[in-house]
Amino acid sequence: MSTAKVAKQTATGLTGNSAVAYAMMQINPDVCGAYPITPSTTVIEEFSSYVADGRVDTGLITVESEHSAMSACIGAASAGARAMSATSSQGLALMWEMLYIASGMRLPIVLCDVNRALSAPINIHCDHSDTMGARDSGWIQLYSETVQEAYDNMIQAVRIAEDKRVQLPIMVCLDGFITSHSIENIELLDDESVQDFVGEYKPERSLLDVDNPLTLGATALQDSYMPLKHQQSNAMKASKEVVIEIGKEFGEVSGRSYGLLEEYDLDDAEVAIVVLSSSAGTVKDAVDKLRAEGKKVGVLRPRLFRPFPHKEIAKALSGKKAVCVLDRADSMDGFGGPLFKDIRAALYADDNRPKIIGRVFGLGGADFNVDNALDVIGETIKLAAGEDVELFRYIGEGQNAQTIAGC
Amino acid sequence: MTTEATARTVPYKEKKPFDYDPYLRQGKLPHIWCAGCGHGIVLKSLLRAIDALGWKNDDISMVSGIGCSSRTPGYVDFNTMHTLHGRAFAFATGVKFANPKLNVIVTTGDGDALAIGGNHFIHAARRNMDMTILVYNNYIYGMTSGQGSPTMPEGAVSTTSRFGSIEPPFDTCELAKTAGATFVARGTAFHAQELEKTLYEALKHKGTSVVDILDSCPTYYGRFNKHKNVSEMMKSIEKDGTISVAQAAKLPPEKTEGKIVRGILHRAERLEYCDGYQNLLDRVQNK
Repeated sequence: MSTAKVAKQTATGLTGNSAVAYAMMQINPDVCGAYPITPSTTVIEEFSSYVADGRVDTGLITVESEHSAMSACIGAASAGARAMSATSSQGLALMWEMLYIASGMRLPIVLCDVNRALSAPINIHCDHSDTMGARDSGWIQLYSETVQEAYDNMIQAVRIAEDKRVQLPIMVCLDGFITSHSIENIELLDDESVQDFVGEYKPERSLLDVDNPLTLGATALQDSYMPLKHQQSNAMKASKEVVIEIGKEFGEVSGRSYGLLEEYDLDDAEVAIVVLSSSAGTVKDAVDKLRAEGKKVGVLRPRLFRPFPHKEIAKALSGKKAVCVLDRADSMDGFGGPLFKDIRAALYADDNRPKIIGRVFGLGGADFNVDNALDVIGETIKLAAGEDVELFRYIGEGQNAQTIAGC
Repeated sequence: MTTEATARTVPYKEKKPFDYDPYLRQGKLPHIWCAGCGHGIVLKSLLRAIDALGWKNDDISMVSGIGCSSRTPGYVDFNTMHTLHGRAFAFATGVKFANPKLNVIVTTGDGDALAIGGNHFIHAARRNMDMTILVYNNYIYGMTSGQGSPTMPEGAVSTTSRFGSIEPPFDTCELAKTAGATFVARGTAFHAQELEKTLYEALKHKGTSVVDILDSCPTYYGRFNKHKNVSEMMKSIEKDGTISVAQAAKLPPEKTEGKIVRGILHRAERLEYCDGYQNLLDRVQNK
């Protein structure tokens, strides 16, 4: 039994966005650069109330675009501040240029992205196309299944990003409306425990350290660009261990431990579904139904997507007869979603690799219910039994699409 | 005289009820604007002005960005494009450049045009490409529930300025004029008939026309700033808070202090961008 003190906690009901705002209040960052966008708006709206009420001493800058919001965070982090923001969809898309600056400058910024579909056509509902597009931007990405996990991830994110072995920006993702606007039961740590956990931020170097002047983001040509990128790549690789360590340490404080992956009924499963974020809950319900009928099915939910825990995933899925990877985003390359391809690649070197298919679901908030999950599992069971099943396709589309000429 | 619809040669004298139907996409109605929002009034004034000009639906392209005002193109039966936050001017520039015969209208808001799209706004004005820009100005971001925008008056309350804004606002018209727009005017949703006339002139003008339309948001701005109801809000901001150019000219400066001036504020003749481009082509191709 652990001897560490488990913090006092308050049980309450909060939406995902309220929980994220509450975590930000408890973390009390130095600077928050913000611009409103649905469905992340209420994160900053509630946080601005904490600022107005004097519960934090954060400098909240309401700038004129997301590009500027991320720029403000970069400026603040360069000066040695703990900087945070929240956004969604087009907001993240407009931050694109700055995402690479943040990771390239090795600034431990924490960004909450409330996942929402990208335009066109305009859609405010959930899918993962926003953050999936940023998967190669050098940001660590954590995907949260529940309100509780979104809250817990925000607190851990600070430590992961600021760890001396890492010093990289991090995105905490939660599903737009499904998690962000739904009230769930949640346990909140007391302010002191969160402050103890995140600690005071002492940057290795900063622009305000006048005794040790430095320049950030300067030109680095053929002789120095690649070694810097190599260091960044190594830091990304090293961050996996840090995510494990922090997840364990957080468990000692809160009683809720986190790893890289969540395995649900996976040990003896012959058929597995891989899915991120809130939809994992739906698939787990379907798995419960099928387990009651004696079917050996399970779920693998990666929590960490960047860096990609390929060894752990290969180990978890090795020996399964068949796997279906559910993607809430399409790579638009005729070869499935990003998670599908990464999982497939991770399994390539495994001698006991399962058969594997990919399905794209829930784009722009299209419904994904237990029946959809049962259909997908049924198809994967057929694949396990040796039947011919399509490698990649869409499931659960809406019925009101207007056909574009020629398609 | 034929029974075919012809352009009204004497606008604003119509007595019979105006028929908006030919200009609207009935399947997209009712609109999403809140009860008490002036955006519907602006749309009606715009459609009446278009009718007075005799423009055909297919000859008009309406482009918008993101926000409450940017929902306008969804309701009108023109060639419409609903694009990205702040980028409507850039898209509209492409539309006009590709097909200069189109009458291009941009419907935008204060946040869309002057914050995230501020850069595109000034450069659209500078180029003087023939398009009409309607800035539905309600001082806040309505669609995301009331954050302060760059036109919010000092001291005004929003979700991002709970104790009153400390930032000075942009004057849309001064900004447009300085940036080079050749037609600059202001109207309000309260003065609907005056707005129709102003928009008629703005649409007719060749070059970049900017019309700043005070059009307060009862749901957020009105509530936050203690306006009792919609009519009181419109009266205090749009009616009593403004004065026409003609009235302002007759009164001594102390009587007009603190009032926002309505009407046509600036009109200039300058080479339109597409014409300038054609001149360039002619010159380098030695025509």
